[in-house]
Amino acid sequence: MTWAAVLALAAGTYLVRLAGILLRDKVTLPARLARLTDLGATALLVALVATAALTEAGGFAGWARPAGVLVGGVAAWLKVPFVLVVVLAAGTTAGLRALGVA
Amino acid sequence: MFILTAMCSARRTALERGDLRDALALGAAITVVGMSFGALAAAAGVPPVLTVAMSVLVFAGGSQFLAVAVVAAGGAPIAAVAAGLLLNLRHLPFGLAIGDLAGRTLPARLLGAHILIDENVAFARARGSGPRARAAYRTCGALLFLGWNAGTVVGLLAGSAVPDPASFGVDAAFPAALLALLLPSLRAPDARRVGLGAAVVALAATPFLPPGLPVLVALLALVLAGRTEVER
Repeated sequence: MTWAAVLALAAGTYLVRLAGILLRDKVTLPARLARLTDLGATALLVALVATAALTEAGGFAGWARPAGVLVGGVAAWLKVPFVLVVVLAAGTTAGLRALGVA
Repeated sequence: MFILTAMCSARRTALERGDLRDALALGAAITVVGMSFGALAAAAGVPPVLTVAMSVLVFAGGSQFLAVAVVAAGGAPIAAVAAGLLLNLRHLPFGLAIGDLAGRTLPARLLGAHILIDENVAFARARGSGPRARAAYRTCGALLFLGWNAGTVVGLLAGSAVPDPASFGVDAAFPAALLALLLPSLRAPDARRVGLGAAVVALAATPFLPPGLPVLVALLALVLAGRTEVER
């Protein structure tokens, strides 16, 4: 790792972030497009949940992690408080790993 | 400095106590991941000052892990930058979607842009689009930034003494947290269709595409949005 690499990654990432936020202002989005950008954020977040829950380095993440996410998801669906959802998900996965489940 | 600004402005507006507690939970979880980043970067031989600079200036966990992994595997720094930027491209459509949640004045937006990360976007969106959501965005973002950087420093100092975060199940905590934040918005039929399609596309693409692209390709699921603004 070099300073040039860190600064390039930092500047690029920041510009990507800022571009979206400022673009939103420059163009007055018609209602239909505004709805699509909102649904797009949902699509990205659900895709992140799915890939983070199930995959690791392009392959299957093993059973312990999706099991924890599933427990957390069910808890959230049952309107369990957010903090507890996070703890239940992590606890399930940690417990399963302690028992030897990958 | 900007942490203080963000915290003060959070106190100025009505930040709900429950929101602060939830943001603290995310902040605690990201601290653990930050510790593992610090430890991993140290083990990979990244100079400590560069590791801290990454966490402060890049502040995008996935791309930081990826960049360090690329270099540790013998890749060129330029390849690490390219891989990290590809992974971070999703922040552009996120920025488009959240608009003024990141701030309403230009200075606020310049600061708000730096704390645009997945968890913060989901956290603020789950609180609508008004003052409560803006306060949540600032506060959660500031806490995540603080946690990530504090964790990085602790991880650097503790090095191999940092236990594997997988043994705490932290890798399950983040997708579960995002899911919990998303669930209410998935009650709308169009969001559910798009979400389901996005998950299928991203999972199908993951074995074949470099990190970052599967999630972007999932935007193809927008074709399932339908034309009418139904039941929103």
